[in-house]
Amino acid sequence: MNFNKLALAALLAIGGTLAATAAFAAGADMGAAEKQATNWHAIVMFVIFVGMSLGITYWAAKKNKTAADFYAAGGGITGFQNGLAIAGDYMSAASFLGISALVYGSGFDGLIFSVGWLVGWPVILFLIAERLRNLGKFTFADVASYRLAQGPVRIFAATGALIVVIFYLIGQMVGAGQLIKLLFGLDYLMAVIAVGALMMIYVTFGGMTATTWVQIIKACMLLGGATFIAFGVMSHFGFSFEALFAKAVEVHPKKTAIMAPGSLVTNPVDAISLGLTLMFGTAGLPHILMRFFTVPNAKEARKSVFYATGFIGYFYILTFIIGFGAITLVATDPQYLDAAKGGLSLKGGGNMPAIWLAHAIGGDMFLGFISAVAFATILAVVSGLTLAGASAISHDLYASVFARGRTSEGTEVMVSKIASLGLGVIAVILGVIFEKQNVAFIVALTFSIAASATFPVLVMSMFSKSLTTKGAVIGGYIGLIGSVGCVILSKVVWVQSFGYKDPLFPFVYPTLFTMPAAFLGCYLFSIMDNSDRAKAERAAYPAQAIRSETGLGAEGAAAH
Amino acid sequence: MKQAQHCQVTHDKIQANPKFQELVSKRTAFSWTLTVVMLAIYFGFILLIAYGKAFLGQSLSGGVTTVGFPIGVGVILSAIVLTGIYVRRANTEFDELNRQILEEAR
Repeated sequence: MNFNKLALAALLAIGGTLAATAAFAAGADMGAAEKQATNWHAIVMFVIFVGMSLGITYWAAKKNKTAADFYAAGGGITGFQNGLAIAGDYMSAASFLGISALVYGSGFDGLIFSVGWLVGWPVILFLIAERLRNLGKFTFADVASYRLAQGPVRIFAATGALIVVIFYLIGQMVGAGQLIKLLFGLDYLMAVIAVGALMMIYVTFGGMTATTWVQIIKACMLLGGATFIAFGVMSHFGFSFEALFAKAVEVHPKKTAIMAPGSLVTNPVDAISLGLTLMFGTAGLPHILMRFFTVPNAKEARKSVFYATGFIGYFYILTFIIGFGAITLVATDPQYLDAAKGGLSLKGGGNMPAIWLAHAIGGDMFLGFISAVAFATILAVVSGLTLAGASAISHDLYASVFARGRTSEGTEVMVSKIASLGLGVIAVILGVIFEKQNVAFIVALTFSIAASATFPVLVMSMFSKSLTTKGAVIGGYIGLIGSVGCVILSKVVWVQSFGYKDPLFPFVYPTLFTMPAAFLGCYLFSIMDNSDRAKAERAAYPAQAIRSETGLGAEGAAAH
Repeated sequence: MKQAQHCQVTHDKIQANPKFQELVSKRTAFSWTLTVVMLAIYFGFILLIAYGKAFLGQSLSGGVTTVGFPIGVGVILSAIVLTGIYVRRANTEFDELNRQILEEAR
């Protein structure tokens, strides 16, 4: 406890110094480039956010006593709060800036991604959420290994989770570094270190409680900010979509082509595989699945998905209005355009439509707010990721595999905190290494693994009477190795990163092949398994089903 | 040991309760039906994008707004509506059945 307080004080001091240095560095830049003049608003608002989040972390650190507090906020989050936190965990800066930028560039096509990222949520609700809550404690591996051999299943689950977490973190770090460099005039390295340091503070001291509240506050800021921008756009056009679209078609170089599906989806195999990846990938992301252990029971788990789906769906409709708003209000204003590149190119690069639209609608002050929101968004997402990665290391690998259950809660939480620090350092280092790399493969990689390895094993463990350890592990690794291999051999890595001429795997997303292969592997290797252990595992299914369906005996459940 | 025996008795009672079989079969059927509906809506949309570009690109009512927009927004709203339908039935019917099962197993 004393160690914790001391270390907290030290880290808070580091965090404070970083924020102050950040403010100073950006301030020093102000004279150099006139565009930076707005940055003070961003910095003041960002410092307010950081101050608030550190306050929450301090409060959460005092409350954190048990492993359940650390991993699952003591199971005391309500369905509504968890819905907001899920939305805060899921709506990344990439989806806010990226989808509005996609709409800005090609109109209708932006809808394909936002729809894909939303439709996974109903599936999570119908098939996974309640059973996950009833069977698990802290990680999804608790569920997958419920009646199977702990060691091999948890090693598989943790491997998949860690690959997803680390690559997802790289994507967030690189995005954060570039965004902050641009918005705050900060050095890339400094931005990456600031993000890494803050997320380590949140997770190490505040655990799930602090992470949850950072995500809730960020979700409110993002939804509020996006609503304000969309409202500004619509009021500009007398709340007529027809008027908005008419102006967009008039000024966009692609003219009416922005109103219909374009070149994003041409090959039906790629289209369906992309759809499967986005839909089922969501249902296999470790940091998303972990959120379901923070609510007290299956009913709250169910409600949280309903609220989350509502918030996320609403948000995607807003990003669409924002994208079209940027075509009409940003692309027509020379102060935002990069004259050297011409066309629709914006100052600061491809991700800027939403940011400049915020300026066009609400001036410097609001630009500052949206910049701070973008930073807060990144912090909320990386914190959730780090906690998910740390729990895979401590709860699955350390406590269940390495120590074979012979460890204390205190030691496990300590391992988790050390793992969070380790992941933070790794994320910063990889963020620096990948600065100049093409990171376009990350969405394909992480979502494909989640859809092809995690999701099949999770669903089979819940619904299949015949699943055995052998089936789960072989099927899971088929999905994991298959999806990683195919993404490496596909265009985004083999050609764009490695520089070979032709991809060895002809499609962008492997899920259409790897997900069914994983399901089939799980099934076939299970039914072929006639060992005594397999028989015992099958015999344990009815008892699992009772807990899974009724919540009897679930961790922290209200009913006895 | 006594705890384990008590647990076993509870499990046997639940297993034998026809209401438990009813809950599992009803909820499983409902869940998978809604899942298939969501899949059908979404992949219908994807296939329209791949094969029905002209259909999605035609004017909705003479203006620049195309048929694709209400359909796309409709897919988003359908996701929200389907989760609402599930939560409503689960909060009332399934939760009540579940409560009875646990009550009767005591």
